[in-house]
This record gives sequence, structure tokens and C-alpha cells, in this order.
Amino acid sequence: MGNYLLRRLIVAVPSLLGISLILFVLLALAPGDPFGELASNPNIPPEVREALRVKFGMDDPIMVRYVRWLVAMIHGDWGFSFASRVNVDTLILQRIPATLYVVGTAQLLALIVAIPVGVLAARRPYSIFDQIANTFAFIGFSLPTFFTGLLLILIFSVNLGWLPFVYRADIQATGWMWWWENFKQAVMPVTVLGLYQAASYTRYVRSAVLDVIKLDYVTTARSKGLDESKVIVKHVVRNALIPVVTLVALQMPTVFGGAIVTEQIFRIPGIGSLLISAILANDTPVIMAVTFVFACLVVLFNLIADILYGWLDPRISFR
Amino acid sequence: MRPYGALKGRRQPAQIVAEGLEKDTAMNEQNLRREIAAVKEGRLSRRDFVQRMLALGLTAPLAGMMLAHSGVAMAAQAFPYKPTKAGGGGPLRILFWQAPTLLNPHFAIGAKDQESSRAFYEPLAGWDAEGNLVPVLAAEIPSVANGTVASDGTWVVWKLKPGVKWHDGQPFTAEDVIFNWKYASTPETSAVTIGDYKDIKTIEKIDDHTVRLVFSQPTPQWFTPFVGGRGAIIPKHLFGDYIGAKSREAPNNLKPVGTGAYLFVDFKPGDMLTGKLNPDYHMPNRPYFDTLEIKGGGDAVSAARAVLQTGEFDYAWNLQVEDEILVKLEAGGTGVAEIVPTGNLEFILLNATDPNVEVDGERSSLKTRHPLFSDPAVREAINLLIDRTSIQKFIYGRGGIATANCINNPERYRSKNTSFEFNIEKANQILESAGWTKGASGVREKDGKPLKIVFQTSTNGPRQKNQAIIKQACQKAGIEMELKSVVGSVFFSSDIANPDTYSHFYCDMEMYLMTMASPEPQVFLSQYVSWEAATKANKWQGRNISRWQSKEFDDLYNELTRELDPVKRAALYIKLNDTVCAGRHVLPELNRPRVSGIRKGLQTHSSGWDNDLWQLPSWYRES
Repeated sequence: MGNYLLRRLIVAVPSLLGISLILFVLLALAPGDPFGELASNPNIPPEVREALRVKFGMDDPIMVRYVRWLVAMIHGDWGFSFASRVNVDTLILQRIPATLYVVGTAQLLALIVAIPVGVLAARRPYSIFDQIANTFAFIGFSLPTFFTGLLLILIFSVNLGWLPFVYRADIQATGWMWWWENFKQAVMPVTVLGLYQAASYTRYVRSAVLDVIKLDYVTTARSKGLDESKVIVKHVVRNALIPVVTLVALQMPTVFGGAIVTEQIFRIPGIGSLLISAILANDTPVIMAVTFVFACLVVLFNLIADILYGWLDPRISFR
Repeated sequence: MRPYGALKGRRQPAQIVAEGLEKDTAMNEQNLRREIAAVKEGRLSRRDFVQRMLALGLTAPLAGMMLAHSGVAMAAQAFPYKPTKAGGGGPLRILFWQAPTLLNPHFAIGAKDQESSRAFYEPLAGWDAEGNLVPVLAAEIPSVANGTVASDGTWVVWKLKPGVKWHDGQPFTAEDVIFNWKYASTPETSAVTIGDYKDIKTIEKIDDHTVRLVFSQPTPQWFTPFVGGRGAIIPKHLFGDYIGAKSREAPNNLKPVGTGAYLFVDFKPGDMLTGKLNPDYHMPNRPYFDTLEIKGGGDAVSAARAVLQTGEFDYAWNLQVEDEILVKLEAGGTGVAEIVPTGNLEFILLNATDPNVEVDGERSSLKTRHPLFSDPAVREAINLLIDRTSIQKFIYGRGGIATANCINNPERYRSKNTSFEFNIEKANQILESAGWTKGASGVREKDGKPLKIVFQTSTNGPRQKNQAIIKQACQKAGIEMELKSVVGSVFFSSDIANPDTYSHFYCDMEMYLMTMASPEPQVFLSQYVSWEAATKANKWQGRNISRWQSKEFDDLYNELTRELDPVKRAALYIKLNDTVCAGRHVLPELNRPRVSGIRKGLQTHSSGWDNDLWQLPSWYRES
């Protein structure tokens, strides 16, 4: 086990290096200029733009810039944003709470909806409930979040006026009001993201349960006269959830990575909106840091998923 | 002053127009000076003078400026402000769909950052909607009459408002002003404001509240440093140690301590900026609101919705939204779109050089001439084929006013000698008589050169519609047009290696918007002078993109840079405008005002010549 872990970690290093190199080169080759906006302002002489490019080292060859970035990164220096001249790690840390809150809650909601619905649907396949659940699941993951998001805004903010559609990270109310305000503003984004995710989870849970429910040991449990609910919870779901756990573990990086579209629609100050505004502003250090952290999380959670898998299913061994 | 009415509507070569102007101004100048003298001696009241000027077709602000320059005091600039005490207005919620990312005015890359800095820092003076200077941290506006502007333009004396305090209680003094000049003009600081301060030779401290700016050469634009959006002043006692390469490390880059009406509370770059009422603000009864919130992010349409339709916010900045949508949202009833006049110009450039021939590794080289556009008839025809009225009506609405002028605002500099017309028949006639005849395919040609044109612009909904309208009209006149659109981030980048940028201009025709930041169009006009032509030698950083070169224009421009008399400058601006327009390589299309969303009742005194938040301390809500 320890050996396996070590080997996996060693393999992760070159893959992360490869990822960072590809990201860096892609960004360097992409057209655009963080100081483009200065160009259309006649009062700012072009020399100012040139000087800034030189100062921020943007005219050096790509490989020189990559090595410089890599060395700094290894030393824990993530660089600073061209747009705000703030350290990138500060920027990212500021955005983590909102993303964790909204995307994390959405994942929870997705599981809370998906597991019971999936299990119930699989218990009586092709029943009315299964048909309805399937239909909604298909609709759910076919509708993009930008559509459902705007639809909810139109209904609940514009027409009914119940919920705000601009998210605030610093609500001034205190005590219960603070919780209430936070709940109100998160309802729409969490619903949009949660139901979208729930739709695909439901499909997974259903097929996983279907696979297990027909197995002999379930029949044995039933013939022993066990209570049906006990059979489902203790014998079926426990085993059926093994692949689902892996799936959820692999989804974890997105909880940190944020949801670009939904965050943009509801103005949630999360990682996703940081990334998209950095891309629009050609703010290379921020794009690099966010995408690289994301890559690390994907590699890490892949490893965690593999280990969890072995722990849940002893038939799998690490060699 | 009869504004050159005799020349109106007649199409004449540029020289004749210019000569006519010269005679007209010369004659009128004498009359004007006589009347100004009459006001000075009391034979004519100020009011009568302004009225007489208005009758002669001159605008009130220009009349006011002429009096001011000649030593007759200008009526004090006062905005209606009703609240009788500071505070009590509750929260002020502002929405910026492009989120502010920094709070140091010297680092502000885009307008959004200038605005967020302006909430806390203030300049010596700001520009009102008519393009007049209004004192902020200055006690008064310098003038030749008061002896505070050198008659040869080599220095200006600013008297600072006494009793102004920084948010931490320190007094605001001449030292701070001097420091800002040193800070910005040190290249290692990497300040984007360096250009505004480069002409200052030195700043002398006369006393604690008086400074004298000495310029290295006569500078009619003495009002560039320390004024308006880029002129905001930061405190010496907090930034003094961070001049030069260390500038990024200053802790106060993100915690502004300014002189403004709101004290800084918290800032999350790219998201939220909050402030609260400054009880020590230097203007009485201000500000009206208790707290300030500037939320960033999202998109322009939903920002408009949050103000106009749901009323979640009080003010939405820079609503780049199609007018059709704005009108629908306004029906929501909680707010209105405010249209603020500016000098911003959406224009079409006809390349003066040949984009298809490479000379010394450079296309569109100054050594070539465009094969089609070197014929004035072709340029004239294309100008007639731009249906400006329809483009305004069907695409831009209130966000784009059809124009024939390069300088559209302030009104005192707007030429009345130009006009535009959409006439396909006339364009056909002109081309026909110039020898461009239709071939078998319906495309006109002359000497084996077909009238085929590539027309590029940035990728942007309204612009593509605009292109299509022009293409359609050109087809009817036997001109074949190929449309090209380039992603904005590429088109406006300064990438030397990318041939698709607007400044390379490797095609025949292009369209984009040029902002006019100052009400004095001198800098704006420098984009047409010969020596600014964008070439390989200057890494395509030159500002003259069409590469149209005219000695006449250059001479007039040089005259302008030396001229101090506002009346003569106004005449020169108009003459310069008419010369560019007559050249027909630069075809003005629309004057684009700024659009913002304001909740009903909010009073903002917006100006197109300064930041949208320039009068933030005086914003209030009318019940």
C-alpha cells in the first residue's frame, strides 16, 4: 500500500510538469495582451505599454518565462496578477469560500436527490416512478445551466421579486438575518447546479443498483426473511455505492474549481468567475495558477478515488 | 460669429474650406475682442454678451470661456444639491459588470479601475458635462486673468483647497502634489499615468497650499496633470517609501486612504468594494449616502436589469447593451438609461497604403499607395454608401448618433461645415464619371483593377450588422466587399507578430471606436498627423492607423500645439476636423455616448469628460 502510494505520487510529478508546460505554452501562444485596453486610450503613450510589458517580462522567450514561473512556483511564489497587481494566492484564497459554499452545497443537494431517487427507480425498473425519474434526469442534464439559471432569474427575481440575483460575499446583516440572506441568495445557483448534477448522478445510482439488486446474495437475504428496507439499505445500496463514491471523488475538484457559467450569471465571487475574468483580461499568472491548481486537484482526487475504491472493495488490491 | 454659413452644404476641396475659415475667424476675432472689452468696461452686461453670442450661433460655454480668458469672472459652477446634512441616505449600491481590480489611480489599466480609485482619491479639478473645469482639491481654477497661468503657457499655479484632510487625519498639502508627479514620472513605478506628467520640468512649492508646475515647453494643455480621471492624487505619507520598483509592495495599493467622500472599508479585487461616509469630507453636507457598495462581475445586460427592472441596485456603469434591450428593460419602471454625451467616435478608415504589397518586410508600407483609394472618387463614393441614419436607427439607437465630424463634443468645437448623405445613385455617378465601369460580373473596374475591398472590424454584434449594411449598399454601386471580423482581444492587442491587429491594418478598410478622454481634442487629433503613422519601425505603436498624410493638417496641428488663445484654438479644432473629414480617408460614422443605468430619483451630474463617479460626493436621491 505504502509502496503503491509512493509510486503513484512519483508518477504524478512528470504528469503535472507536462500539464504545466502545455498550459504555459498554450497561454503564451494565444493572442491577446493584458495591456490591450491601454491601446485605445490616446492619453497613454505606447511607450508606457511597452515598458509594462518589459517590466512584467512578457517579451522574453517562452521557455525562459516558463522556467522562471516554475522555479518561483516551486518556491511557493505564485506570482502576481497583471490586472490587480495583487499576489495570486491572495486572490485565490479570497475566492475559495464562495465557491466551496455554493458548489459544495450543490453537490450535497445532488446526492440527497440522486441517491433515493436512483434507488427507488432501480427497485422497480420501468415502473411509472422510474419512467418519470428517467424523463426528468434526461431533461435535467440536457438543459444547460445558463438556460435554467436565466429561467429561474426571470421567474423568481424579475416576475415574482422573491430572490436577489446578484450574489454578495459580504452581507451586512447579523445573526439570523445573515443566515437567511445567505440562504436566499444561494437558493437559485445551488438549485441550478445541484439539479444539473443530480440528473446525471441519478442515472449512475440507478444502473449501479440495478446491477447489484439481481445478484444472488440479495435473493439470499430476501429469502432469509429480512425486512425489505434492510435488504436495500444494508445489502444493496452499500455495494452499489462503490462506483458512485468513485464518481463523487472524481467530481471533487470541480467543487474547488467552481462553476464558470453559473458563477458568472449570479455574480458569485468564486474561482470560476476569477478564472473567466482572468482569461478575458489575458491575466496569465492568474490563469496559470488557477488551472494548475485545478490540475493538481484532479491528479490528487484520482489517487484518492483509487484508494477509496480498494478500501471499499477488498477484492481490489494495490500492487 | 456667423459660423461659416456661406460654406455650408457646398462640397469644396479642403484648402478652400480652410482658407474660408481663416478669413472668417480673423474678421470675427476683431469683433469678438471689441465686445469682450465692452463687457470688461461695463458697457455691456455679461448676460447681454452671452445672448448676443448665442444669436450669432456661438454656444454659451464658449462665450463663457472667452470671457473667462479675457479676465471677466465666470459664473460659479454649481450643481443643484438639496440635502441639508451629510448622511441619512442609506446605502448606495453600484454595479460594475467589469469588476474593478485595483485601487491605485496610477495603475488603473481600464476605466473600471479609474472609477474604483476615484471613489476614494480626488484630483485637483474635474471636467463637467460641458467640458469646463470644476475645482475639487483646488481652491480655484487657474487662469491667465488671475495670473495663475503663464501667458506663454510655460507654467501654471494651482492653489490648493485649505483644510482638506486625508482619511487618516493628515493634512493634504503641496508636498502630496509634488510627490504624485515624482511617483508617476519615475519609470520604475510602472504608472500608466506617466504620460500625463512627462512634460513637467519641475514643480515648485510656493507655500503649503500653492504649487507652480513648470513645463519644459509652452503647454497650452496645462490642465492635463492632476486633472480628471487620471489626475487623482495619492498621499505622500503612505506611498512615499514605495516610489519606483517597490511600487507594487505598498500596502495601501489595496487600502486607499484618500480625500474622498467615502472612507475605505473593504476590497476584494474583481468582486466587491465597500466604503462608508467620511464625516470629515471637505465639502459641506456631503455625502448623502451612509455606505457605498461597488459590486463587480457578470454581464452588461443583467447589470441593466438589476437597476432598470428589479431595482436591486442604484446605478449600473457603462451599459454596453443594444438600445432595443434597454428600452424593454426600462419598461420595468425602476430606473432609466442615462445617455451621457462624449467625444467617442466610431469611424471607418480607408487605408492610404497598399496592404497587398510587401516592402522591406512590411505590408501597408508608407512607400506604397492604395491602388483603389488613391482615387478620391472611390473614397467619396464609399462615404456616400454609408447609411449612417439607418445604422443609428436600427442598430445603435440612443447609443450612437450619426455624424459627419471627427470632433463631436464639446459642442463648442463641433464643426457645422460638414454634412453626410446616403446616396447610392450619386455614388454610382461619381464612380462612372471617374472611369470605373461595370464589368461582366457587375463589379466596377478601371485599368484592370476591380473594385474589390476587404473590410475588417472586431467581433461584436452591432459591428457585424453595421458591416452588412455597408456591404449591401456597396454592392448596389458595383463595389464588391469582403467582410472580416477579428476577435476583440486580438484586434486591439499590441502584438507585433499578429497581422490582424487594428494597428497593422493589413486590409483595405476597417472600423472601430476611438475614445476621446479629454474635452480638449488636441491629443485626440494627434491620431491623424503624419509622424504618428503606424509602421514596422515604431512596432505599429503609431496612432495614425489609416496612414493618411497631409502637410496641411500637420501644419495646422503644430500651430495648435503652440496656441494658447481659446478662441483661436476653437477655430483651429474646427479647421483640423474639416481637413481630416475632407481627406475622406477617415470617415466618421457615429458619435457614441456613454450609457449608464440609474435608479429613479438618483442624481448623478454625469459628465462624459470625466469618470462616471466624478461627482460621487454630490450624488443624492430625490424622494
